Amino acid sequence: MSSINNKNVNRRDFLRYTSLSSVALILGIPNVKASDTAVISNLSDLEEAFNLNPFVMIEKSGKITIFNQRPEMGQGTFQSIPALIAEELGLSQEQFTIKQTGGEKHFGGGQWSGGSSSVRTDYMELRKVGAAAREMLIAAAAKQWNASESECYAKDAKVFHKPSGKSLGYGDLVETASKLNVPKDPKLKDPKDFNILGKSIKRQDVPLKVSGQAVFGIDVEVPNMVYASVERCPVFASKLKDFDKTAALKIAGVEQVVEVERVFYNYKTIGVAVVAKNYWAALKGRKALKVNWDYQGHENFNSKDFSQYLRDLAKNEGVVDKSEGDFDKTFAESNNKIEAFYETPFVSHSTMEAMNCTAHWKDDGKLEIWASTQVPGSVIEDLPAIFGIKAEDITLHTCFNGGGFGRRLAIDFIIEAVNLAKTIKKPVKLIWTREDDTQLGPFRPPTFSAMKGALSPDGKVAAFQHKVIAPTILSFMTPKEDRTKPDGTMVEGISHQAYEIPNMKNTMVFADNHVPLLWWRSVTSSTLAFAHECFIDEMAQKAGKDPLQFRLDMLTKESDTKRVLQKLKEVSKWDMPLPKGKGRGIAQWEFFAGLGGCVFEVTKQSDNSVKIDKVFIAIDLGTVVNPDTVKSQMEGCVVMGITAATQNGITFANGKAEQSNFHNNPVMRISEMPKVEVHILAEGGKTIKGVGEPGLPPIAPALANAIFAATGIRLRKMPFDLSNLV
Amino acid sequence: MAKYTLNINGKKTQVEAEPDTPMLWVIRDFVGLKGTKFGCGMALCGACTIHVNGQPVRSCQTPVSSLKKNSKITTIEGIGNTQLHAVQKAWIEEQVPQCGYCQSGQIMSAVALLKAKPKPTDEDIDTYMSGNICRCGTYDRIRKAIHRAAAMV
Ligand code: FES
Ligand code: FES
Repeated sequence: MSSINNKNVNRRDFLRYTSLSSVALILGIPNVKASDTAVISNLSDLEEAFNLNPFVMIEKSGKITIFNQRPEMGQGTFQSIPALIAEELGLSQEQFTIKQTGGEKHFGGGQWSGGSSSVRTDYMELRKVGAAAREMLIAAAAKQWNASESECYAKDAKVFHKPSGKSLGYGDLVETASKLNVPKDPKLKDPKDFNILGKSIKRQDVPLKVSGQAVFGIDVEVPNMVYASVERCPVFASKLKDFDKTAALKIAGVEQVVEVERVFYNYKTIGVAVVAKNYWAALKGRKALKVNWDYQGHENFNSKDFSQYLRDLAKNEGVVDKSEGDFDKTFAESNNKIEAFYETPFVSHSTMEAMNCTAHWKDDGKLEIWASTQVPGSVIEDLPAIFGIKAEDITLHTCFNGGGFGRRLAIDFIIEAVNLAKTIKKPVKLIWTREDDTQLGPFRPPTFSAMKGALSPDGKVAAFQHKVIAPTILSFMTPKEDRTKPDGTMVEGISHQAYEIPNMKNTMVFADNHVPLLWWRSVTSSTLAFAHECFIDEMAQKAGKDPLQFRLDMLTKESDTKRVLQKLKEVSKWDMPLPKGKGRGIAQWEFFAGLGGCVFEVTKQSDNSVKIDKVFIAIDLGTVVNPDTVKSQMEGCVVMGITAATQNGITFANGKAEQSNFHNNPVMRISEMPKVEVHILAEGGKTIKGVGEPGLPPIAPALANAIFAATGIRLRKMPFDLSNLV
Repeated sequence: MAKYTLNINGKKTQVEAEPDTPMLWVIRDFVGLKGTKFGCGMALCGACTIHVNGQPVRSCQTPVSSLKKNSKITTIEGIGNTQLHAVQKAWIEEQVPQCGYCQSGQIMSAVALLKAKPKPTDEDIDTYMSGNICRCGTYDRIRKAIHRAAAMV
């Protein structure tokens, strides 16, 4: 209850707040309980502000704040999430400010961005929040005017009385409104009356981002702050033996050298932190360190052996993800069958803003943190157990994320900074270098796929198997992995495609591994779709059929997948033959986050290289909040997908990552950017699908399939080099 | 430690720094202008691009001691003076940024490009802007925004 003793928050406000928070529960936002009002940090600086619910705050002056619970990392939630409330509340985008939540309990369990889940989770819930507030304001105005509510409407932060033309601003109404009961079942707007939702509205973060004003975690400045860089063992799971800090301490600006622990779930390592007056001094001090590590045998780890190990594991039967009909028998008895093996590498997230966090462990035992994180909620939830601190004693400032892609779902870099802050008792900004970011993981897990398929006499898929061989992300998060059934994350989507296949048996073989792994934009769909959708092409070729028609033949029932493929067929003019040396490839993928598909058009050059001419990409959404944001996410998926397919990947020698920065772990540049045509399928319907990830999985297989069409070369290993295809 | 008088965005600023300190950290942490970004520290990504006497340079590879006296330094904060630069306006019109982290550098490069080539072709843009990485993949919009800005100035 510590933060409610502010003199400006009187008892009435508190009770009001309590009941409204429970209203939030009635509105259907999970995890908000009346008891959660113990921390109301945001009320402390407000004198005459009223929260109609935790997400909307209206001050008597008329200033309106909407709280955004979904961290912005480029995916557009800074616009799309407040827009859900603003639309129903009758606000235009200029009429409110947005505040990013920092894991405060009263904002509930939705304070994170990931899994392409923000809009699809919040779409109805937050609209109800806005609608409830609108109805309260209208009721307040009606009361004031002695009019009936049906004569009033809300628009542009005002309530209007239709017959008389009178109006009152929300600021004038909020005191009365806040005393009213919150409607349990507020009426939502008819989508045909939307002013913001469904429209390509300009994002509020963009002006900040073109003028250098947006504050990313790395931009935070705190009085008396020091800077740190940490030397960590490049060989994973090693132990610190000892270190010599003499030379480091001689560097001008270096203040101290201390041990610091990085905790990535149950993977824990100790590094050596150099703390200095400025970051450059910290970097120089770090270079001057002499550190001895105990590699624990991991110095022998290398990619060649690890690949062989995964290949050998393919002999194992594995645990069944899904079995239909009789795959074993059909495949054994078929005389028209093929097998293929696909490989994908470890991949770094390489967000443009490298990991960093600023932390201050204060003398009174309270903790303040500034960070670019996808998971403000988990920061507040997880730190108490690690540091023995109370959740209400932690203040987190969630900054703009300079890219996330899943990397910032982990809080290892935050724990590390807090550890350091606790040791040195000063505010400290810990910044990872690009080299740290590239080499120390966590990485996207490599998945290997053993594919088997048999064709029926009429050239259809009679039997199909996708066997995944992979280490798991979950093994870093659970004390003991359950290997009696597949890890859902590692077999993502392989048994959920709409293709009607009579005999199918998909399995998974677990691999051991000590290199930290994490979700990466679209997780294993970004690797498994490559094997799956290329192999479908291989079967089409074996059957002598057009790859798109071959897929449609497996989709006799109506489905979202069928609609996506038909759309792609139409927009790419699939049936119009291309000149020799050019080729088209198609792929689609449906998984937990949604459904996307694409067609690549490529040209074979005289020097064994291939040029990407054009990409047609279609995403199936149901409902769209901001078409232009969806379009930019699709463009981003194309770039990230091509990069992962053709350029970057982490390999290991002597236990260490062999790549270190953008010269040897390249990402696509502007000169390689093909033309992209985006098609958004938003036919309405009950389910809303995700945006941030579904564009990515079909990229690599569609590209590889196009290359096959143009060159006859079948690519089964990522990354493949477009400049030298043999 | 040495004393340097820097002219940043038309303002004279005194800093005391080790001579090998890259301008990136001088600008960000000594002067306090955070719009210039750290991406790679190796002149590979362009996130740290500033102008020195109108020329784009990678500030992560520019030690403060290497600057000639009276050099005019411009950062993203100074590119537009009293109002936004045409390139910044075009960036808003085309809604270029995603995460936005690379965009200060992209804009600094684009401004320099338009100075060198007021009406660039797509090929000019590709060549000139190839030193700037955008992990979010905003390249197509960068091209469009540069053409739009070219039409504006
Ligand atoms: S930080 Fe200077 S070019 Fe990347
Ligand atoms: S907008 Fe995110 S790196 Fe360019």
